[in-house]
Amino acid sequence: MVGLEHYLTVAAALFVIGIFGIFLNRKNIIVILMSIELMLLAVNINFVAFSSYLGDLVGQVFTLFILTVAAAEAAIGLAILVVFFRTRGTIDVEDANVMKG
Amino acid sequence: MNATDFHTVLPEVILALYAMAALLVGVYAGKDKLTGVITWATAGLFVALAIWIGFKGEGVNPAFGGMFIDDAFARFVKVVVLLSAAGVLVMAQEHMASHDLGRFEYPILVTLAVVGMFFMVSAGDLMSLYLGLELQSLALYVVAAFRRDSAKSTEAGLKYFVLGSLSSGLLLYGASLVYGYAGTTLFSGILSTLGGEIPLGVLFGLVFVLTGLAFKVSAAPFHMWTPDVYEGAPTPVTAFFATAPKVAAMALIARVIYAAFGAIPAEWSQVLAALAVLSMFLGAVAAIGQRDIKRLMAYSSIAHMGYALVGLAAGTVEGVQAMLIYMAIYVTMNLGTFAFILSLEKNGQPVSDIASLNMFAKREPLKALAVLVLMFSLAGVPPMLGFFGKFYVLKAAVDAGMTWLALAGAVASVIGAFYYLRIVFFMYFGKDVEGADSKMAPVQWLMLVAVAAAMVLGVVNLFGIEPAAAFAAASLVG
Repeated sequence: MVGLEHYLTVAAALFVIGIFGIFLNRKNIIVILMSIELMLLAVNINFVAFSSYLGDLVGQVFTLFILTVAAAEAAIGLAILVVFFRTRGTIDVEDANVMKG
Repeated sequence: MNATDFHTVLPEVILALYAMAALLVGVYAGKDKLTGVITWATAGLFVALAIWIGFKGEGVNPAFGGMFIDDAFARFVKVVVLLSAAGVLVMAQEHMASHDLGRFEYPILVTLAVVGMFFMVSAGDLMSLYLGLELQSLALYVVAAFRRDSAKSTEAGLKYFVLGSLSSGLLLYGASLVYGYAGTTLFSGILSTLGGEIPLGVLFGLVFVLTGLAFKVSAAPFHMWTPDVYEGAPTPVTAFFATAPKVAAMALIARVIYAAFGAIPAEWSQVLAALAVLSMFLGAVAAIGQRDIKRLMAYSSIAHMGYALVGLAAGTVEGVQAMLIYMAIYVTMNLGTFAFILSLEKNGQPVSDIASLNMFAKREPLKALAVLVLMFSLAGVPPMLGFFGKFYVLKAAVDAGMTWLALAGAVASVIGAFYYLRIVFFMYFGKDVEGADSKMAPVQWLMLVAVAAAMVLGVVNLFGIEPAAAFAAASLVG
């Protein structure tokens, strides 16, 4: 029997993978964008699982909003990535270092 | 949903419709011909709305089933946001036009960010909180990368985007846990479930939500994007980042902790106090080695956010009032300082090196005096207005029994005074070398001098914001 805790475990695992993808990834900025999507996906699984468990539709409405915003966010992220590529000719994470921080 | 709901959100509707109409007008007019007109029209609309909201609004008006709340707290913050955004737009207009940044999209993106901030400060539900926050953030990511041909600006946009999205993800994960364990996303609903024993999931959710919001106000240890973004973004954009979004995000933290988690002050007070101490000390110590004035202002804003958080950590009505006063004063000081930073140039190129200020007082005595007043005020030297901001938050902390926090704040402000005073030192006693010029548009000059004068004259009665802030704080904490 698959219960609420199974969904929550999967979501937590995906979320952590997403965070590690952002911090441990030393190659490519596209991978960072994918990691961000993965985090939002984990959140969506959480919301839908809770929504079904509670018998309350609000969680699913929230999920739809998150999906919409995630699409807009990906569009803006890719646009910024394109202008970055135009000025630098690379999308390696290690090359994003004009400013030290 | 009915007519009253729409009446409550009328300012937001007006701003959103204006942004879309301005976009159409700008596109039809073609190639940035109307940039100046749209900038001034936007600023005019902001000021008009600020007057309208400030004088007409009254009472507590929940709309859309409590998802949106218009109360005195929201109105106070909205007026501050509108006025500071208008100030940033008008003082940067000539700078942007003369530095190849005069695109008509800028005031429109600022308008959209302001709409997002409106929803943030009026949020009564985790959903409206998230949507407002994202509307603001998405507009800000774009303006950070506004100078498309500059390596620094695009890198700033990219870094801001990645860390901003990460923080949104953390906030959302927290929101999902709160929803799951409280059973609702409405703030009032969450508050009513927190009567007895607190579910562990709600506590985890609260910490995740606060972490996400700490990113947005750039509180240490979630500040790492701030110096790079401040340095890389075009200076007018940096001026905007340092003002309105900070106020809105700080107000959002206040809204969340009181409207949704007001029943468990002990839980969030510790978290906020830790963030505040770290921010104050990091902002004070890390700024000492900076040579770039925009980077320095980034660390300065981290420290200032720490002081504002002290007010919230106190967990009292006075604390919220102190936070509101602090943010209003902080925004005013930053407007004046950035009016000055915008005007610095050498051979027609903008400069932001602190060393270029050497013996600035000899070349421009009046401006140097104004900057001296501002730096003293930022450092919190009495009798400037900045001192009273710090005084209010530290007093709120002492009254709430958090004397150690107030002591830490006082120590950090002494450390922090060093780098503000170093700028003054360079201006008055520096080496006699060829430094930067300060070419000011009349608006910038007016902004700098008016803000500097306000820092001195405000001592009399703080321009009456004290009772307004008290009223606003009372409407939130109740």
